Amino acid sequence: MSERVAVRKTYKLYIGGKFPRSESGRSYIVQDANVALSSRKDARDAVVAARAAVKGWAGATAYNRGQVLYRVAEMLEGRREQFVALGVPGEEVDAAIDRWVWYAGWSDKLAQVYGGANPVAGPYFNISAPEPTGVVAVVAPERPALLGLVSVIAPAIVSGNTVVVAASPAEPLAAITLAEVLATSDLPGGVVNLLTGKISETVPTLAAHMDVNAIDLTGVADAGLAAELEIKAAENLKRVLRPAPADHDWFADPGVTRMTTLLETKTVWHPKGV
Amino acid sequence: MFEYAPAPESRSVVDIKPAYGLFIDGKFVDPSDGGSFKSINPATEEVLAEIAEAGSGDVDRAVRAARTAYEKVWGPMPGQDRAKYLFRIARIIQERSRELAVLESLDNGKPIKESRDVDLPLVAAHFFYYAGWADKLPYAGFGPDPQPLGVAAQVIPWNFPLLMLAWKIAPALAAGNTVVLKPAETTPLTALLFAEICQQADLPPGVVNIVTGAGETGRALVEHPGVDKVAFTGSTEVGRAIARSVAGSRKKLTLELGGKAANIVFDDAPIDQAVEGIVNGIFFNQGHVCCAGSRLLVQESVADRVLESLKRRMAQLRLGDPLDKNTDIGAINSAAQLARIKELSDAGAAEGTERWSPPCELPDRGFWFAPTIFTGVTQAHRIAREEIFGPVLSVLTFRTPAEAVEKANNTPYGLSAGIWTDKGSRILWMADRLRAGVVWANTFNKFDPTSPFGGYKESGYGREGGRHGLEAYLNV
Repeated sequence: MSERVAVRKTYKLYIGGKFPRSESGRSYIVQDANVALSSRKDARDAVVAARAAVKGWAGATAYNRGQVLYRVAEMLEGRREQFVALGVPGEEVDAAIDRWVWYAGWSDKLAQVYGGANPVAGPYFNISAPEPTGVVAVVAPERPALLGLVSVIAPAIVSGNTVVVAASPAEPLAAITLAEVLATSDLPGGVVNLLTGKISETVPTLAAHMDVNAIDLTGVADAGLAAELEIKAAENLKRVLRPAPADHDWFADPGVTRMTTLLETKTVWHPKGV
Repeated sequence: MFEYAPAPESRSVVDIKPAYGLFIDGKFVDPSDGGSFKSINPATEEVLAEIAEAGSGDVDRAVRAARTAYEKVWGPMPGQDRAKYLFRIARIIQERSRELAVLESLDNGKPIKESRDVDLPLVAAHFFYYAGWADKLPYAGFGPDPQPLGVAAQVIPWNFPLLMLAWKIAPALAAGNTVVLKPAETTPLTALLFAEICQQADLPPGVVNIVTGAGETGRALVEHPGVDKVAFTGSTEVGRAIARSVAGSRKKLTLELGGKAANIVFDDAPIDQAVEGIVNGIFFNQGHVCCAGSRLLVQESVADRVLESLKRRMAQLRLGDPLDKNTDIGAINSAAQLARIKELSDAGAAEGTERWSPPCELPDRGFWFAPTIFTGVTQAHRIAREEIFGPVLSVLTFRTPAEAVEKANNTPYGLSAGIWTDKGSRILWMADRLRAGVVWANTFNKFDPTSPFGGYKESGYGREGGRHGLEAYLNV
């Protein structure tokens, strides 16, 4: 009996909840697979999808967002072996799952921890609450490809932002497989959009894009490129997360700066009286 | 209008020196290249004092003094002691508030009733508020052992000179940083009097340094490699340039920039109160307010009534001598700003809108602009899009709440917004949807040291005031 011929997977982009090829029709060979080589147009399409998703995702209840993030953890747990087969160490997959769980719990705590009543000196009700900044462009760290990616996506979307993520160019397969997890986790299309290919090709477009509110340069290893991107980001005063140090420990407690940098504080006043 | 007898505040309470040096390392010093400029009273064009212009060498000296003070004195000092210095400063400001208020009105042109009743009380309150944080930082929600950043470079505008100084210096010092601050070139005098207050408080030398000058001095300061933090309040254009200049550095940046706030009046709002809010929103401080309600969005069904009432109220505004206690509208801060206001207003008229000002006699000398409204304005007009930073209001109309939100958010800015309605659920619905850092409902232009202030989008990032304001000066 002849051996069964395997069905191979086509690795594509993840934009607006769909898996399109690059509009440029290009791909590159990496990790023994053909992976889409995103163009500047793909980056712009991804921003359009991310913007379209802001209203629904930011407008969802914090409880709902928390459940969706927890659902991502459930789905990832179920696909653990698939990531191990791609070469992701088991403990990294476990840490990535746990990270989704950690952030899932933040969704309905942020407003209490980072907002609250302000005791102004006058007869006014005054309250501050955090809100998502909007569309965030993210450069995922090169490695660890899965845990690093989860560690930059989750803190951005937990508060209601939507993201366009440039995946690790050297190890994109875990990223695309994570997109398949997201697509089956009740996460609305467009909340996470994933680009594979060259950072130098897509990220300058995202950094200069006037409909992007913030940029996370975590995965930009080249200091010169990072500075150039930060200069582009200044055009519409994007909120900026600067590159992580090369020795950053992705397994450690992530802290809150990734979340808070991508939040806006809104303060509402109203007089008291009869 | 009623005729009032003049009621000028006496300027004898303040002693202005003919010339001021730079305040570096606890002493007033001459600039190394001897440059200087004049600060004038915008209401009379009279020269108030000769001000030293800091060159890059002077800025370097100031940054070094701040670094030494940070490493040797202020950084290691227990928070409780830092708190006491800040409380001391708050008290001296209260004790010398009349002097500071008169000086502010002389140098800035704002009415004495504003500098006396708004600016100065807020300045003292701001120091008092942040003083209390200095020994409680582990409880501020930024981790158990939050650390200061180091030396803060701070550049502030001319619209609220001493208040902006307080917003910058109080949280920076409370968090354990030292500062080099550059006041605006047209309004340096209260900052220099503040330097004297630092001396009077025995604040250790180098903790606060004041360098005076114009844009070049500011650039030298924010680009200095020895600063760890840059805080800027001013125009979006300059904010952008600063964001570019710190790119790739370790400097933490917070920016409080321009605005084009919508003040939204619904048909169920109490009209008289709303009109007071509209007037306060755009004519307070001659409209030199980044969060000014410069776009009035009024529901179509009450537009005529609101406008009629607004015009009647505007006719009662008293424009003139800033030191007169009855003055509502003082002088425009500078000839350059007056030219900008005139240019944009002329563009508004040229683009086909209708311009109206009450009968209003302008003094012969100084820089003045009558309170002005434009009706028939659309979102495409320059006066509806660009920040005028003067007593000029653009009036637009809307029919539905959704349209009001759409129009209010249709701007690259996002600093503030106003809502006037009797319906509570509508206020909260609107407040959720307005992309602005401060939303005033049935009030406007209220400030408090406990209340975070700052913008969305191109109005900048970071917050000043409240617990949030500490984050800008901590390594978190």
